[in-house]
Amino acid sequence: MATTDTALEHHVHEHDHDGDAWSGAQSPFKASYGKLMMWYFLLSDAFTFAGFLITYGALRFSSPTWPVPDFVFATDPFGISATLGKAPLIFVTFMSFLLIISSVTMVRAVQEGHRENKNGVLIWMILTIFGGLGFLGCQAWEWTNLIGGENMSLTRNTFGTHTADGYYLDHEGKKSAETFRHGESYLIHRHAAEAGHGESHEAGHGAAHEYKPGDQAGYMMDDQGFIHRKYVYADGPLKGQTQTEQFGPRAFGALFFFITGFHGFHVFSGVVFLVIIALNVASGVYAARKNGYEMVEKIGLYWHFVDLVWVFVFLVFYLL
Amino acid sequence: MSHVSYEQSKKNVVKGLILLAVVTLIEVVISLFGKGHIFKGVHGNVIVLAICGLLITAFSLYKAYFIVYEFMHMKYEVKGLAMSVLLPTLLLVWAIIAFFQEGNAWKNRREDVQKRNAQPITPAQEGSLLSPDTYQMDWKG
Repeated sequence: MATTDTALEHHVHEHDHDGDAWSGAQSPFKASYGKLMMWYFLLSDAFTFAGFLITYGALRFSSPTWPVPDFVFATDPFGISATLGKAPLIFVTFMSFLLIISSVTMVRAVQEGHRENKNGVLIWMILTIFGGLGFLGCQAWEWTNLIGGENMSLTRNTFGTHTADGYYLDHEGKKSAETFRHGESYLIHRHAAEAGHGESHEAGHGAAHEYKPGDQAGYMMDDQGFIHRKYVYADGPLKGQTQTEQFGPRAFGALFFFITGFHGFHVFSGVVFLVIIALNVASGVYAARKNGYEMVEKIGLYWHFVDLVWVFVFLVFYLL
Repeated sequence: MSHVSYEQSKKNVVKGLILLAVVTLIEVVISLFGKGHIFKGVHGNVIVLAICGLLITAFSLYKAYFIVYEFMHMKYEVKGLAMSVLLPTLLLVWAIIAFFQEGNAWKNRREDVQKRNAQPITPAQEGSLLSPDTYQMDWKG
């Protein structure tokens, strides 16, 4: 090993006699027990996440249509979507940056730990904690928007997808100027009176009209107050027939909330661990151990893993 | 632990940050391009979508490699450790192929069931059949 960093030399035992192996003095793979086990825990966790994401893929493949992510995730709290009309993937890209930055501050904390610089470790860990909390805040906003604003739930997916080009019918059931293309998604809105607390309709979705329950000429309002608009396909096997908007694949909501929730819970646990270890750093426990703040390195591994998983959640849910 | 000086490793961290941020931005741009947000003409083109999907996946795998090898210091660990953690993940390659194939088969079977349900039943068949609600799948998705 090079000699610029002296930390961690202490517990890397380079024994030549086998006798010590039986007393546990030898570290397999020249890593401490804790670090090695952290790696194997992360491997098992990777399989759990892979199981979830592969389930998402299998169900997506099994479904004739799937909500388009850049339509579903096109809102943000900064007012970009309000000004431009849509902001596909902008907010979630911001969330990714937060995690990347918090991963980088964690690397700095580990580096300062190797130099036994207590204050340095503390400052970079606190920045990492803020990154994690920021990410959780963003996720809370995203979930609130999906559940409260767009009425998504574990069993109800308000985002459907058209399978051919066509046009919408207006309030009276006549052809309107509003057209759509094959593969475009739509959101089924809930009638304001039924929704209870102030859900606002987007402009251009007939907000000025009075909606009546039941099957009407231009729409169908179901008993929960959802307004299924009517449209006509201009090509495909259903050409010329009047269709009513249907809810999208039911599995979407459950998959989204379980998988991003499971990842969010990892972030949350990570923040809790970071706080505990930052307190220990501040108390001087790790300085006394003189092992280059190995505990910080271990929680660092976990934190990078959370970032690593997000790379794939981001890929599967938002980009593809 | 580290094979480079403290100053150098501090610079490497900044480089890593820029690299990950730029790769993420490239991914988002490719994704939006494939969905027709940048050029309208691209919309619905299956080949473009497939190429974009492959590119984004490749970039994501590169990001994963970078995080594991640089940030998690896997490149400074002994080879045995790296292999004992990384090789088992190759099992996932088979899981991905198998389950995506399976998902596709569910879709085909579902379409088949719908097609057959739409066909009229001949009087000869009728006597030997169960009532429709015992076997028909009511697919609401």
